[in-house]
Amino acid sequence: MSIFEYNGSALVAMVGKNCFAIASDRRLGVQLQTVATDFRRIYRIHDKVYIGLSGLATDAQTLYQRLVFRHKLYQLREERDMKPETFASLVSAILYEKRFGPYFCQPVIAGLGGDDQPFICTMDCLGAKELAKDFVVSGSASESLYGACESMYKPDMEPEELFENISQALLASVDRDCLSGWGGHVFLVTPTEVQERTLKGRMD
Amino acid sequence: MGDSQYSFSLTTFSPSGKLVQIEHALMAVGSGQTSLGIKAANGVVIATEKKLPSILVDEASVQKIQLMTPNIGVVYSGMGPDSRVLVRKSRKQAQQYYRLYKETIPVTQLVRETATVMQEFTQSGGVRPFGVSLLIAGFDDSGPQLYQVDPSGSYFSWKASAMGKNVSNAKTFLEKRYTEDMELDDAVHTALLTLKEGFEGQISSKNIEIGLISTDRKFRVLTPAEIEDYLAEVE
Repeated sequence: MSIFEYNGSALVAMVGKNCFAIASDRRLGVQLQTVATDFRRIYRIHDKVYIGLSGLATDAQTLYQRLVFRHKLYQLREERDMKPETFASLVSAILYEKRFGPYFCQPVIAGLGGDDQPFICTMDCLGAKELAKDFVVSGSASESLYGACESMYKPDMEPEELFENISQALLASVDRDCLSGWGGHVFLVTPTEVQERTLKGRMD
Repeated sequence: MGDSQYSFSLTTFSPSGKLVQIEHALMAVGSGQTSLGIKAANGVVIATEKKLPSILVDEASVQKIQLMTPNIGVVYSGMGPDSRVLVRKSRKQAQQYYRLYKETIPVTQLVRETATVMQEFTQSGGVRPFGVSLLIAGFDDSGPQLYQVDPSGSYFSWKASAMGKNVSNAKTFLEKRYTEDMELDDAVHTALLTLKEGFEGQISSKNIEIGLISTDRKFRVLTPAEIEDYLAEVE
């Protein structure tokens, strides 16, 4: 089994009309054994930037701690929050620093940039950025996520519809992957508020 | 003087609480050619005297005002070679920032990094402080900005400032002439008049240098022809 599938994960982010949603599954496993059913993969960097980290859970946690450290220093020095594009460049640089002994994580970054325009991107474990205008996926369930998003996605969805859409895509995909599932976490972010919801899916 | 016993080593405080080498560095700045900067509502202008040691020097090859990034320029008073080292280091730091964040460095951050370099040279072994004060002019998302950085590493944001030989006259002149809502063209005229105040000899486009940046965020050094035009307007 590949190292990226050791813990199992599913992550997806979608762009809507002046909003974005980022969702993950909740299972933490050790190969085939489920060890936790409430594992958080999506972290808030600040009100308008969220990062989801799939792959090896220990690397995800360490990477998250390093990123929070860098962002807090940035906030103190520059007296402002990081834009999502800037944050994505920072994550890419930090991952490439470990080019010959990488963090086994694939981040998904989602945020509201200048003029509250939604921004999403993903990258591989070495920091190769992939920007998208519609959706990005990551994790052991990424192949089924690609399929589900490709068929379900529509541009310019309102927040409620976007939430429905991303939840359906996530739950349908994790059912096809034995290493992810046990429900979902969805963050729906608009310029004025953030809604966090938990999904109940097939608990297996 | 009790202080002179402590003036051999930069990293030793004198009993009066001063680092004498820094005072001496400031004297080097104070005997350098006058330079000044003015922040207008829609841009920043910096200017300096360019008195060359002989008429045989090819004045087109001498450039005192330099770019640190496409939207940040710098002028100095004091020892020219020292300023070149600082400009080189600052340019590198600006590019490192861009490599990391893919965003152009804000003016305040570049000023801070430059000031940090200058401070390091006041607290290390075997080095001496830089014999220059820099006036850094830039335009970024926070608007037009003008900063002065001293050999000690302290930096200040100014609406208008001057450094070098004629500093006190120039500052008095600027205090009288400066207004908050000045436009960039007015600021250039004021800068020329301020330089003229203490100028020894006849001011012309060959013995001064002017750099400016406005809302287009591109710092540029004026050509002698452009300086001629501004000088004609001021006469």
